[in-house]
Amino acid sequence: MNPTSRRLLYLLPILLFAGLAAYFLLRLGEHRDPSEIPSPLIDRPAPDFALPGMTAAEPGLARADLARAGGEGKVTIVNFFASWCLPCRAEHPLLSQLAKHPGVALYGILYKDEPAAATEWLKELGDPYAAVGVDAQGRTGIDFGISGVPETFIIDRTGHIRFRQWGPLDQATIDGKLLPLLDELTK
Amino acid sequence: MIVELGHYALILAFAVAMLQSTIPVIGAQRNNARWMAVAKPGAITLFLLIAFAFASLMRAHILSDFSVRNVVENSHSLKPMLYKITGLWGNHEGSLLLWVLILAIYGAAVALFGNRLPTRLKARALGVQAMVALGFLAFMLFTSDPFERMFPAPPDGNDLNPLLQDPGLAFHPPMLYLGYVGFSMAFSFAIAALIEGKVDAAWARWVRPWTLAAWIALTAGIGLGSWWAYYELGWGGWWYWDPVENASFMPWLLGTALLHSAIVVEKRDALKAWCILLAILTFGLSLIGTFLVRSGVLTSVHAFALDPARGIFVLALLVLYVGGALALFAWRAPALKGGGLFQPVSREGALLLNNLLLATACATVFIGTLYPLFLDVTGGGTVSVGPPFYNATFLPVILPMLLLMGVGPLLAWKRADLAGALTRLWIAGVAALAIAALTWWLHQGGPILALVGMAAGSWVAVSVFVELGIRIGIRRNGMATSLRRLFQLPRSAIGMTVAHLGLAIAIFGITGAAAWKEEHVANLAAGQSLDLGAYEFRLDEAKRIDGVNYWAYRGRFTVSRDGETVATLYPERRLYWVQHMPTTEAAIHTNGLADLYAVLGEPDGKGGWTVRLYREPLVALIWGGVLVMVLGGLVSLSDRRYRVGAPAQRRAAIAAARAA
Amino acid sequence: MNRPRTLLLAFLAVLLLSSLGMAVHAVEPGEMLSDPALEARARAISRDIRCLVCQNQSIDDSQAELAHDLRVLIRERLQAGDSDAQVRDFLVARYGDFVLLEPPLKPKTYLLWFGPAAILLVALLSIAIYFRRRRNEPAPAALSAEEQARLRALLADDADEVEPRREGQP
Repeated sequence: MNPTSRRLLYLLPILLFAGLAAYFLLRLGEHRDPSEIPSPLIDRPAPDFALPGMTAAEPGLARADLARAGGEGKVTIVNFFASWCLPCRAEHPLLSQLAKHPGVALYGILYKDEPAAATEWLKELGDPYAAVGVDAQGRTGIDFGISGVPETFIIDRTGHIRFRQWGPLDQATIDGKLLPLLDELTK
Repeated sequence: MIVELGHYALILAFAVAMLQSTIPVIGAQRNNARWMAVAKPGAITLFLLIAFAFASLMRAHILSDFSVRNVVENSHSLKPMLYKITGLWGNHEGSLLLWVLILAIYGAAVALFGNRLPTRLKARALGVQAMVALGFLAFMLFTSDPFERMFPAPPDGNDLNPLLQDPGLAFHPPMLYLGYVGFSMAFSFAIAALIEGKVDAAWARWVRPWTLAAWIALTAGIGLGSWWAYYELGWGGWWYWDPVENASFMPWLLGTALLHSAIVVEKRDALKAWCILLAILTFGLSLIGTFLVRSGVLTSVHAFALDPARGIFVLALLVLYVGGALALFAWRAPALKGGGLFQPVSREGALLLNNLLLATACATVFIGTLYPLFLDVTGGGTVSVGPPFYNATFLPVILPMLLLMGVGPLLAWKRADLAGALTRLWIAGVAALAIAALTWWLHQGGPILALVGMAAGSWVAVSVFVELGIRIGIRRNGMATSLRRLFQLPRSAIGMTVAHLGLAIAIFGITGAAAWKEEHVANLAAGQSLDLGAYEFRLDEAKRIDGVNYWAYRGRFTVSRDGETVATLYPERRLYWVQHMPTTEAAIHTNGLADLYAVLGEPDGKGGWTVRLYREPLVALIWGGVLVMVLGGLVSLSDRRYRVGAPAQRRAAIAAARAA
Repeated sequence: MNRPRTLLLAFLAVLLLSSLGMAVHAVEPGEMLSDPALEARARAISRDIRCLVCQNQSIDDSQAELAHDLRVLIRERLQAGDSDAQVRDFLVARYGDFVLLEPPLKPKTYLLWFGPAAILLVALLSIAIYFRRRRNEPAPAALSAEEQARLRALLADDADEVEPRREGQP
């Protein structure tokens, strides 16, 4: 082995380490929570579901409703929530604000909760949802790939999921990602 | 007041570390004896200051001083005293203080006991050690201060995570840190050697006791952690390939390789660059582990703080130390002159292959641990790398190594007769096959890997005795002579024998526990029984009791076999008041060969309880094997040659003996 | 700490409090199927599925509610006649490859699965090259009589030989 390749061999460890350090730096820079996993449903059609309403009088929520809203030219936001969930309470005002955005229809899915408790909760905080479906067993949640509440999905007019927020919404995400996306989808 | 003094001591330590990392090193470069002489008192002062800081924080914990934030966040007045003490290191800031304390302990130990070390090497090594301490002291003082006060002081604290209020886990961090922080000393010696430009047999001899001490502690620390997981977490498992478990395992693998390659450097003056690289990488992996745990980059039950800002600091330390060391390596290592030549089939060759396999095993764990991170960053979505991956990739590397472990000690240096060595091991081969056959007969339908595991363990165990027998000449000499030679063997040789035997025992344990675990999960009411194999478990009662800082449901199981009572088990399900966290206390009965394990689950509100019962064969051999490995290491460490260190002295002693 | 971070941590607490510390092997008797073959398949599949709200546990081990839901779901699908692969695909379609504890063999994981073997190969190759290089080095000059005597004396000190030195061996 000639001296040059020998020299190169000794350089290998530091080069590999430099690559490793770069990866660590990139990952740190992302500021992402390691428990958050990317959704495989992005750009795929929303799953099929048909859920009852919170009381006998209410119609509930089904995928047909999303399709109808899309047909009317609206972008739908589906928000999974529960009355026992503290961060849901915290994101509620932001969600209510989003519901007022032009061209947006906000729907809620009650995840593993008592409808009576949820009705009280909505009465206290205000009901921003156009309709609410009750997912008592959590199966629809699993179909959407959620691992807890709150999680929020943005579905475009063709019924495809375009964005998933894991955890509560915050102003930074809304301003930075959601609003631009909504503007683009409602064009 | 004392707390402020402790804080001040830490700041002083920072200043001392700055001096210690520069003056002796420059002194060594210029061959200035007075500057180099700073190293010894510098290391001792550094230790004393950090020890004082540690003691002051300990005092705050013992006295439950809730004006100190660290005590508030991790303690409670009702917490038992043992956990008030050990709770000091159950959090990010406190454990960092333990980190630098151990760095300082090793530095002071080398300063005090390394009298025969060449002055330049000692000065440089202690200087590098202080450099590492400097970085971590800065990390603490600027971002993670354990001495922060809190006003107004709350009436009581948040209590320590109940999982940590356990004797096994309380002592797991100090043992672990004595291990992988201890490898910093080998690192420092390696850097010193690179700066000097010389690695020789003497260097290997100086490094060995410190590396061995760290290895012993790390082995014990990992063993403690696994044992704790076994009896505390409630499902009879003891290793999860969790990222932070892996972070402690990787330095262990490379540390073992380092110990073995140091032998080659010492005996044959070969593999120098490789040995230096190992010393750097072993501690480097410790640092990477520290980074992974404290930066929030990976999720794990052990992760301390999800704080990217602290992560950047640790990354900077990592780049500084490991990057700097590897850069120095790239620059200086090519100049290291290789020594003894050897054939591929020789003891050096076997040790080289051993190193290679260990390094590949380490790389496997490394890839598995970091792959999700790598994929995520490059935008490939992400995957989980769990036990199935490691079982498929780690085992095929370890098995050849176990085979090698049997043969290697029988090979001669420089050029060995492999056929001859294998012939001598015929009895080990026979034993392996016999045990495999016996296993198959006892557990027909069990996994094939169980046969492989038992065969591998037998091979290693019997080979160890074959080697010992050859060494004491058991075939040529009579029993008396052989026994005399046994007691005259150098302790490092006995240590090797014992440690290898310990590994074989642990392998038996691992195989048994993994392959033949029995379980039964059911709902039982008081008075009902459940069968598990030949054993009958009867739940006599389950009642509520009150503990020191928790209340619990405690069950009583009577376990019998063929009508005779074998054991009474008291599993508990505790709820700690302050943190509202439930824990299970499994009840375990062991007879050395198998463990009976009972866990009390949730009550169903109708008088019934979910119970989980396990029978784990041979699992106690895992802990036993680890203990024997530690024992072997301690025996080897006690070898006078390494503690005294100078080859010259021994030659003089032999010459004197010959003359007599 | 700003509010979004507090929220996120609270969210995590909601997720994790249900599972942290309760790492008890958590298949409930009520969940278990009466058909032992199906139940065994369900357990085997569960051991390979990650609990998403826990830290590095399978749903077979976790006491989290989501783990319970998924365990029940797996059993339902098996009873409906799905094969093991179909059940796994069902979960991967919803949660991605991350949910499998054994990473799938796909182009993006080739480096993961073949990496260790590749490293071993490279390592073995490099020692082969190392030995080849050493063999090509010129042999050291023969020792003088004085040096040979010194060598014998030095070697006599080393008591760590296993085999007694045989004739003809250095």
